[in-house]
Amino acid sequence: MTVAETIKKITREHLIQNSGLTLGQCLTAVGWVGGTVPEMKEEDGLVELSMADVAGGGIAVGAALAGRRPIYIVRYQGFQWFNAAHIVNYAAKSKEMWGIPCPIFVRSIAMDGGIGPVASGSHHGMFLRMPGIAVYAPMTPKEYERGWEYFMAHDDPMYVSEHRRSFAIDYEMEDVIRSNADITLFPISTTRLNAREAAENLAKEGIICNIVHQVWLKPFSVTEKISDALYGSRYGGMVIDGDFENAAAKCLAFDIMHKTGKKVYALGLEERTAGFAPHFDNLPPTPLKIFNKIIDIVTK
Amino acid sequence: MRSSNLGVIENLTAQFSKEETLELFQKICLIRAFELETKEAYDAGFIKMPVYLSLGQEAVAAALSLSYKNPYIFGQHRCHDLYLAYGGNMQALIDELLHKPTGCARGMGGSASIHDQAINMFGHDGLMGTQIPIAVGFALAKGKRVIAIMGDASAEEDYVLGAMAYAAHKKLPILFVCLDNGLSILTKVEVRRNWRMADVAASFGMRGVEITDDPWLIMHHAHHMSQSLPAFMNVHVVRHLWHAGTGKDSEPEWDRYELVKKELFNLGLDKEAETIRQNAENLVHELWSKSI
Repeated sequence: MTVAETIKKITREHLIQNSGLTLGQCLTAVGWVGGTVPEMKEEDGLVELSMADVAGGGIAVGAALAGRRPIYIVRYQGFQWFNAAHIVNYAAKSKEMWGIPCPIFVRSIAMDGGIGPVASGSHHGMFLRMPGIAVYAPMTPKEYERGWEYFMAHDDPMYVSEHRRSFAIDYEMEDVIRSNADITLFPISTTRLNAREAAENLAKEGIICNIVHQVWLKPFSVTEKISDALYGSRYGGMVIDGDFENAAAKCLAFDIMHKTGKKVYALGLEERTAGFAPHFDNLPPTPLKIFNKIIDIVTK
Repeated sequence: MRSSNLGVIENLTAQFSKEETLELFQKICLIRAFELETKEAYDAGFIKMPVYLSLGQEAVAAALSLSYKNPYIFGQHRCHDLYLAYGGNMQALIDELLHKPTGCARGMGGSASIHDQAINMFGHDGLMGTQIPIAVGFALAKGKRVIAIMGDASAEEDYVLGAMAYAAHKKLPILFVCLDNGLSILTKVEVRRNWRMADVAASFGMRGVEITDDPWLIMHHAHHMSQSLPAFMNVHVVRHLWHAGTGKDSEPEWDRYELVKKELFNLGLDKEAETIRQNAENLVHELWSKSI
């Protein structure tokens, strides 16, 4: 089963079995959000919102307050700059302020560039900095299921940083830890695929990489697996992200560095605006970019 | 447009029983007494946070609570009136204003973010107008009757308008009420816009009225509107004190409390009214005195 099929199944079951709700814009349009939304109707709990993004975020939060545990779909993560206000300022604070939980499952979908300055990449960094909300970036079917189980077992809002490239994935991605590693990669979201490819190419150059995939961005803890992999790495580590570098990449790198005392680099989107023309795009670190960065580190 | 008799219907008080009218006045008195005691406590330095007093607009919440009963409540930052009118725990509100853990939000809410689960009132998060889309989402998901209060400033938030339009499209069971004091802090409404909220609501396809804060008039409209939701009511009110705190720049345009008292006199209810006023003041004074 692919990630898309997993999401669709979870959604269908939530609407049928839990009297849940799914809300968002253009859900029933061609493609049904990349094949992740079951072909159901409003009376089943699949609710088309108007195109008013800011209001839509608030409406979804209101549905969460009503106890329907809504899945709120935002088709492009860049649209979160409009949608985030109610989610971080109300849903994420409600339990702490008033003791009233406001569990909302925010499906926020990223893609790899191609559509200009705002809409495409990951933007989980904006949620990472706010209290009261969990941030999760699954790329495999089982990871998605685990995230959903967490959501249903807790009463906090959850920001799920999805990526279109994950939708077709029907396998799991295991961490790779070797005793003689040169460096440990901590990739997030779509960069996990690129990191795997980069590691294969680096191995051909004799550079050995550990890969410890990062799915939980918040709460984030420096696990034994992370620290053990890093202690065994000659040149430290690198967090790789499809959001801007001054976001999750640096936050995680700081925590890991602080805990282990090992040097950890950060690599993310460049500090510039993406344009539409391919040569102006600002893509998540490609396999080549990761490769070059690691060559730089180990040959310094 | 603003006046103390905008939209008033002659002899409307006759539509309401003596008991209803006296209950209305009892709620108005309770809110006024509470806010005056709060002002005293603030001026004496017992309250160490901003306060948003409802002095001058007591009649609106009192009237709504009698004509639009048992809704899920989404208020704004200035909401002592709504909380008290719908039966929120007064001692818990006093404790909240005094930063006590027994406060309705354990001190987290202060004056502006109060709530009471017992009356289905949800807290406000401090961003202007967010309660409107949240209330709309709640009505959509719950299917139960909701009331959502805004001010004339928050009504200008684009997400307020977007959410109201969606509520109209989905015919959600929600009454929107704009407490229009004509001011955003001190900036007058005519400086900020050239449109009226009641017109906007009507253009969305919901019933909208623009009226003064006469409580019988509000009860009349709220009763009829509750039969055909969503609906919108723009009520002109007078904020007697500053936006936050207890300062005062000038005499109020009108004082609805005094106008209601005058009407009660005309109805021959002045003795009952005086007893109600005294009892409300005593009750509130006693609670505050025990608390500080």
